[in-house]
Amino acid sequence: MVSESVDILNAFALLTNFIIVPAIAYGSQLALGALAVTLIYSIFRLSNFAQGDSMAFGTVMVILILALFQSDWANANFGAILPPYEFLSFVPTALYALPFAIGFTAIYLLVMDRLVYQHYRRIKAKAINMCMASMGVMFVTGGLVRIINGPERMTFDDGARFLFSVRDFKEFTGLTQGIAIKTSQFLTVTVAILLVAFLFYFLNKTKTGKSMRAYSDNEDLALLSGIDPAKVARTTWLIVAAFTAIAGTLYGLDKGFLPFQYHQLLLPIFASVIVGGIGSPMGAIVGAFVVSFSELLLTYAYKKFLIFLLPGYVPDSLVQLIGVEYKYAISFVILVVVLLIRPTGIFKGKVV
Amino acid sequence: MAYLEGNSLVAAYGPVPILHECSVSVEKGELAVIVGPNGAGKSTAMKVLLGMLNPSSGSVVFDGQDITHLSTQERISLGLAFVPQTNNVFTSMTVHENLEMGGFLRDDDISHTIQEVYDLFPILFEKRKQNAGELSGGQRQQVAFGRAMMTQPTVMLLDEPTAGVSPIVMDEIFSNILDLKNSGRAVLMVEQNAQQALNIADKGFVLVSGRNEHSGTGKELIADPEVRKKFLGG
Amino acid sequence: MMNTINEMWTSHRTQISFTIMTAILLFVGFNQSWVLALGIFNLSVISSIMALGVNIQWGYAGLFNVGIMGFAALGGLSVVLISQQPVTDAIEAGGFNMLIALMLGVITVVVGVVLHNKKFNKWVVFASIFLGFFAMRYFFADASSAIEKVNPAGTGYLGGLGLPVLLSWVVGGFAAAGVAWGVGKITLGLRSDYLAIATLGISEIIIYVIKNEDWLSRGVKNVTGLPRPVPYELELQKTPWFQDWAHYFDVGLGEFSTLFVKLCYAGIFVSILIGLIIMANLALDSPWGRKVRAIRDNEVSAAAMGKNITRQHLQIFVIGSAIVGLAGAMLVTYNGLLNPTSYQPLRFTFLIWVMVIVGGSGNNLGSVIGAFIIWFLWIQAGPMGLWIAEVISNFAGEQSSIALFIEDRVHHLRLVFMGAIMLMVMRFTPGGILPEKNKEL
Repeated sequence: MVSESVDILNAFALLTNFIIVPAIAYGSQLALGALAVTLIYSIFRLSNFAQGDSMAFGTVMVILILALFQSDWANANFGAILPPYEFLSFVPTALYALPFAIGFTAIYLLVMDRLVYQHYRRIKAKAINMCMASMGVMFVTGGLVRIINGPERMTFDDGARFLFSVRDFKEFTGLTQGIAIKTSQFLTVTVAILLVAFLFYFLNKTKTGKSMRAYSDNEDLALLSGIDPAKVARTTWLIVAAFTAIAGTLYGLDKGFLPFQYHQLLLPIFASVIVGGIGSPMGAIVGAFVVSFSELLLTYAYKKFLIFLLPGYVPDSLVQLIGVEYKYAISFVILVVVLLIRPTGIFKGKVV
Repeated sequence: MAYLEGNSLVAAYGPVPILHECSVSVEKGELAVIVGPNGAGKSTAMKVLLGMLNPSSGSVVFDGQDITHLSTQERISLGLAFVPQTNNVFTSMTVHENLEMGGFLRDDDISHTIQEVYDLFPILFEKRKQNAGELSGGQRQQVAFGRAMMTQPTVMLLDEPTAGVSPIVMDEIFSNILDLKNSGRAVLMVEQNAQQALNIADKGFVLVSGRNEHSGTGKELIADPEVRKKFLGG
Repeated sequence: MMNTINEMWTSHRTQISFTIMTAILLFVGFNQSWVLALGIFNLSVISSIMALGVNIQWGYAGLFNVGIMGFAALGGLSVVLISQQPVTDAIEAGGFNMLIALMLGVITVVVGVVLHNKKFNKWVVFASIFLGFFAMRYFFADASSAIEKVNPAGTGYLGGLGLPVLLSWVVGGFAAAGVAWGVGKITLGLRSDYLAIATLGISEIIIYVIKNEDWLSRGVKNVTGLPRPVPYELELQKTPWFQDWAHYFDVGLGEFSTLFVKLCYAGIFVSILIGLIIMANLALDSPWGRKVRAIRDNEVSAAAMGKNITRQHLQIFVIGSAIVGLAGAMLVTYNGLLNPTSYQPLRFTFLIWVMVIVGGSGNNLGSVIGAFIIWFLWIQAGPMGLWIAEVISNFAGEQSSIALFIEDRVHHLRLVFMGAIMLMVMRFTPGGILPEKNKEL
């Protein structure tokens, strides 16, 4: 009896370790990217195809600044850049580089807005033309990322790898199956919660935030009320830059940096946005977790889980519903299902 | 000289002339109505007063000052306010936020003005936390009036405030408009429902093909047999 | 002087641009090599056909297809499945089970759709799909591993039907059309950018399938030695009349056979391109085409006149995708191999879009000239990049870190370069080189 209940605990520890924890972290990263997409959509009526590559751009900025931090020049002039307090030593250096990276990303996005998108807003072009322009921006950005940092995979996480490891957990609980939480996962969730809280506060409580919502709701009436569209545009890109650079960096800390993989994030991000309801910030977050949990639940191999739950039974396959190589296909299927049964998404977005 | 007046306005959309020497005016504490058949240039006249369309000749005078060449924004900060016919509230924002957005340009404390709106339309206070999109047609129109009042305007221009609402709601809206007038503002509105509008109006302008066909007090116009025959259906 | 040039250009854009392009190709032929010139020509023609398909979608209906790569890959896969010889051992090992699995898959989908349409409880629908999926997987897993175990180094897949290769091009067109129909059915009628997002997704998935389903396409092991509609070089070299010809033209036998094969391909490709353009133009002048133009020029009033826009757009999307699928099949046949890793969004989706935009969106001849120019730039961008790297390394020293860095990264400049060309054309001359007449942009 005792061993059976322990096995059930082990089984759930297994699921927590391999599905729930990674899905929460991945979902948070997607949510930040999806929030950026949904904000851009609400303000500019633009489905931004450049989002994945912009996230790569933000991450590359972090990597560049890290290299600068660790260069001989920086050491000679400022001493080694160390965290200010001992208890913060688990934090990867990338986080200190992040504010600068957000700045550069913001400059980049504002320049692209000035060079590309502003023109289409002025001539009141069809949404689809602007969408196509964003594809041009996507390739320019992708090219810049590869020129600056090369196309290969790299990692840039330092600091402590685990908040607590499988061994800590096993010693603490006595279970045979452990749960580990990576520092990057912990940071992802913490930062995401803070950012989302900030965004909702900003949109609902500040005058600038409300004016953005008003502009998104009814552009003509906003102009009539004296809201300055140029300022709305600027503020939007600044917030988008922060979300983009942070989402990219957190994803990179968690899974490593690979430009093509960032490019491919576009599909799960769009799926999150549309599942939740395009233009709805809450929808973007919920959609992101729907996508991340579906991806992990469907691609996980349940063999070990079943062994724990059904003693004496050993499945002869991995008991995996869908191969990991098809994880992006899951986003697509979710997207198609939502478009078929509820095109407005969970939180009634804008469909026309 | 009236408080707000458009004198001999001539205006065109591209090559198509809409207004020919059209004049309208309104005093403080007065309700003036522009009526006329479709395509008579009623809304165009209002756009010219607001500076959304530039007249090729004629002038717009506000409180003794020539404002013909000012932008819409500048006119609004002088004390003009406009309530469009459709899409005149922020549907995804609460009633309270709609009012705040109305006062976006003001740097001073707007809570008194918001209170004034609530005093004028008490139902809005009850519904202040609801999204404007969830309100009934009449209540929405009140939000729209309230939003426009937030700049503390002395003149309010209303574009067909009763378009597409039921007769009951129409009465409600007209009584709201009388409230606006009685609070000392000048109210100028364009209306399709000529009979009812002229009934409550102090002054009326009948526009046909961009020209002033008739003008006078509301009672005079209703009494005028020609106006009755042509525009009021008997 | 400047004025006359300008006038000549505006009145004879088509003639001038095609003359210049011919001159450039002749220049490459005389100065570099005819094999290279013909190679550029053939790939330009294939790209033209792809661009033509996309141009029909964009120019006729304003549909933004971001999945060109996927439709082209479907065409490529069709070549393998139709024209390769069947692998009998593999079929014996797992063919039957695979057939059952695929049929179960189809049945599951059909049952799901029927139950859904008959307004059954959604959990019933869900359960039936779930059960069907597991039943399918059961047969599928056995079958695919059995097939992949048969001579993995040589085959490890089912092979094809052994039918004529030209038939496979037609099938490629139909395969792309079928997928386009499904995607269009779901997304057309919703917001215009949903189609873009859905095509982006479906094309990625098609590539995953081709890369990962070894039993079907050999995956990343590539399928080589695909049959051709033209003679093989080695056989040509053995035939006496061919040797006489080579002798007559005074060209080496090897080079002459390569040229001859490429010329044969050029003949086929150009006939198809011309045929498609003639058909496209005839279609535009037909009653159907008038309806298309009416809708394109004013969707609102066309809808008011009772024209079914969504249906029309679906037709155009399917036709355009079929043309892309056909071109994809031609490309794989021309290369003689199906190489899944060669399907990069940059090379397929993006480059084709640059061709359409630069050539002149809405203008079919524009797509052709756009394809020639952009493909030529694309091919020449490699040598140009290396040349830049060389200049810098001469300047900064052979082994300097800057020179090495630039040599390593310079080819990514192509992305930035092509993106910038596209953005600039869209911004400053939205009509492209050959703007479509009678259309306000």
